[in-house]
Amino acid sequence: MADLDKTPRTTPRKAASFDDYTLSEIRRAAATGIYDIRGGGAKRRLPCFDDLVFLGASMSRYPLEGYRERCATNVVLGDRFAKKPIELDIPVTIAGMSFGSLSAQAKEALGRGASAMGTSTTTGDGGMTTEERQHSQCLVYQLLPSRYGMNPDDLRKADAIEVVVGQGAKPGGGGMLLGQKINERVAEMRTLPEGVDQRSACRHPDWTGPDDLAIKIMELREITAWEKPIYVKIGAARPYYDTALSVKAGADVVVVDGMQGGTAATQEVFIEHVGIPTLPAVREAVRALKELDMHRKVQLIVSGGIRNGADVAKALAMGADAVSIGTAALIAIGDNDPLLEKAYQALGTTAGAYDDWHEGRDPAGITTQDQELAARLDPVKAGRRLANYLGVLTLELQTLARANGKSHVRNLEPADLAALTVEAAAMAGVPLAGTSWIPGT
Amino acid sequence: MKSNVDIVDLAKVELREANAVLQQHNAGGRAAHFKVLNPEGAHALACGLDAPVIVEIDGHTGYYCAGMNKTAEITISGNAGPGVAENMMSGTVHVLGDASQYAGASGHGGLLVIDGNASSRCGISMKGIDIVVAGDIGHMSAFMAQAGRLVVLGDVGADFGDSIYEAKLFVRGKVKSLGADCIEKNMADEHRDELAELLARAQVDANPEDFKRYGSARKLYNFHIDNVGAY
Repeated sequence: MADLDKTPRTTPRKAASFDDYTLSEIRRAAATGIYDIRGGGAKRRLPCFDDLVFLGASMSRYPLEGYRERCATNVVLGDRFAKKPIELDIPVTIAGMSFGSLSAQAKEALGRGASAMGTSTTTGDGGMTTEERQHSQCLVYQLLPSRYGMNPDDLRKADAIEVVVGQGAKPGGGGMLLGQKINERVAEMRTLPEGVDQRSACRHPDWTGPDDLAIKIMELREITAWEKPIYVKIGAARPYYDTALSVKAGADVVVVDGMQGGTAATQEVFIEHVGIPTLPAVREAVRALKELDMHRKVQLIVSGGIRNGADVAKALAMGADAVSIGTAALIAIGDNDPLLEKAYQALGTTAGAYDDWHEGRDPAGITTQDQELAARLDPVKAGRRLANYLGVLTLELQTLARANGKSHVRNLEPADLAALTVEAAAMAGVPLAGTSWIPGT
Repeated sequence: MKSNVDIVDLAKVELREANAVLQQHNAGGRAAHFKVLNPEGAHALACGLDAPVIVEIDGHTGYYCAGMNKTAEITISGNAGPGVAENMMSGTVHVLGDASQYAGASGHGGLLVIDGNASSRCGISMKGIDIVVAGDIGHMSAFMAQAGRLVVLGDVGADFGDSIYEAKLFVRGKVKSLGADCIEKNMADEHRDELAELLARAQVDANPEDFKRYGSARKLYNFHIDNVGAY
């Protein structure tokens, strides 16, 4: 009875605005005086392809037999101007990730896995390594603002060239590779002293704006005898205008990277607060291409948060020609594996949350230049895992395409989709499920 | 023995054909001598050469003339547009007139000589190229310059050598202002000798004694919170 006389207390409650993560970040900032730097893409919940569903076949659409009727997946990229466009077996490519941010073993694994599945890999902000060229049957060579390692020999060895204007994790931001990862080989490739923090420029050194870009693209074509497809990669900032301007500048392929797209390292505040999600970016890029009558003439590659065959299928249904994966590819080869939980805990984190890629202490041997750690990654086995994963993405993609009556995955269309939320309907430009309503139209 | 000079006339052929002629020895590395007539400000002219050929361009050029040059010796008898000799690897590019923005941008090697003035961002992101400018250069030149040497006989605009790494800068005239982490350095005999050799190679008449040397203070190589105001 005595307990009933006590004044009841409410349950301790933390403010929604000041959750545990927010409090810890305030304390970290107060202790260090510097912003948080990490790898990866946006971690917060964003409208995404999960907010869409396929309608499937019904009275008016005939499905294809899952195990008997053919559903093709090949794609041609860069046939607008290039004499030698790229032909891939599957519409899933490996995004640009540098040697420097990744170990040589990781780059080799990406090349092996992609080549086994008939698709391409992409260099990064550090030039082309011989191992990478050797193990990638189709290699896209990036021209970045830093121009680290850029040279005409590698330009001609490449199968395509990607002019990087921005990336989804940090539209408007430059590269960053902290001193811990600038070892002798990385330093030599980038013409930098060993151990310095490398903060590469956010703008190209010799062009600004779309008019200049048109001339830059012409120069690249002249150097490579108009053979190589030229991609232009943009971070999803203003994808409608940036896609249109890329087309105007003469791109064969436009790559649009949403804010879920990863980076080797940048400020947390940049990753979470600049750019727009992949879902609305696809719609805006496709709208620009259609208005210019360039849809399917200039190919569109979409990246940023692609995880499974459903994401691939939905991106294609919205009008993309292919997708690109980065984070998912790293996970496939062993990044953030729970088998390494003890090692992650020793770094003060846990498997699935490790994102201090810039520190170069990755126990999986992927985002490191420490030779001992890097040696843990077997590029042959890791390459096989990536090939398996790409194979599953493709099977899932075909499953969904057949369910919607498509004999080629490129025939997926917006009419096959419905949105589960009002915001996804508005962003993707497909009707809210059970209605014919597309907000904003 | 007088060498044969092949004429490439841009009044008669398109750019692609002109460049294909100039690039024809790329695979074999054979020497040859070309004269390009009527460039009329053409962009991307004589880019991507990879053979010890001599190219004389008779007139003004547009963007990216001699871009990514390897081993070729290219002379522009006129002014050069933006990005002349961008990302040059080796060889020589000589501009007899003035050069626009980004001259020698991200060049990895070779020698770029500009008899006149160069505009802003000369030598931006340079990675081993040597650049000699007889006149003045504009603002933000040698921005993030990583390696190589930039010699200026005239004056230099604002924020010279901002965020410089290991490139060496020599200036005879006045510098309006230095960028972040760029400082004046001691000019020792070894630097005067190095400069004299470079001036001689560029065939520029100047006394190394009259130059000042600039380079990186190396204080911003690794981020430190106490230096945040410098960025």
